[in-house]
Amino acid sequence: MPVHYFLVLSAFLFSIGIYGVLARQNAVLVLLSIELMLNAVNINLIAFSAWFEGRGLPGQIFALFVIAVAAAEVGVGLAIVILIYRNRQTVDVDEMSLMKW
Amino acid sequence: MSAALWQQIVFWALAVVMAFAAIRVVTTRNVVHAALYLVGTLLGAAAMYVLLFAEFVAWVQVLVYVGAIVVLMLFGLMLTRADIGKSNFDNDQRLLAAVCSAAVFGVTSWVLVDAFEGQEISLARTTGTTTASIGDAIFSAYVLPFEVVSVLLLAALVGAVVIARRDTGDE
Repeated sequence: MPVHYFLVLSAFLFSIGIYGVLARQNAVLVLLSIELMLNAVNINLIAFSAWFEGRGLPGQIFALFVIAVAAAEVGVGLAIVILIYRNRQTVDVDEMSLMKW
Repeated sequence: MSAALWQQIVFWALAVVMAFAAIRVVTTRNVVHAALYLVGTLLGAAAMYVLLFAEFVAWVQVLVYVGAIVVLMLFGLMLTRADIGKSNFDNDQRLLAAVCSAAVFGVTSWVLVDAFEGQEISLARTTGTTTASIGDAIFSAYVLPFEVVSVLLLAALVGAVVIARRDTGDE
């Protein structure tokens, strides 16, 4: 099976994630789009792991680390979003402009 | 039918479902639907991992992503009282964002196809599951990164509690 099928699918999911991060206003929806991008990276890693068969499994192990880091990122990210909501009664990223130049 | 043909059919079915669900995640006007469409993409990715002989990562994906992260996201939507019926969650940069992501997709896919066209993933696999070798590798060659990830998760746990805690220490 051609390896570039998986790579192009992963590039597609990554660009969809970029669109979501840039175009969404709700901070939780931005986090969802970041998950899409992390997932695209994981597909890449697994595809290369299958391609480099017989030379260890660094791709799969790295994907596991990416999943763990994604879990940590979502935990801290949602805590920040909830704190912002508590202080400002909104999760609209366009209105969080206090520190913007 | 040959195994290779079956693999192609399964790949294209999963790819179409995943692409559709991903597009709905960033375009749907209902925040809860966005999270549920993300489940579709994540399960498709898990099936893709099974197709690529990574059963252990597939199950970790189902447990951690679908089981924990999406539920956390739904809790986040609930706690921030996101307006479920609000019609528009997009800002006024949609066109620019679409151009940006199309450019990224065009360039990366062109480069990837140019670099990897003709390379095949071998389908003839006689060895069994790779879970045992993943365990061996994590606790031998990759034990230091593994411990670093443990510390990172602990720090994230403590950090999330500290950040989200309601301050009651003003008596």
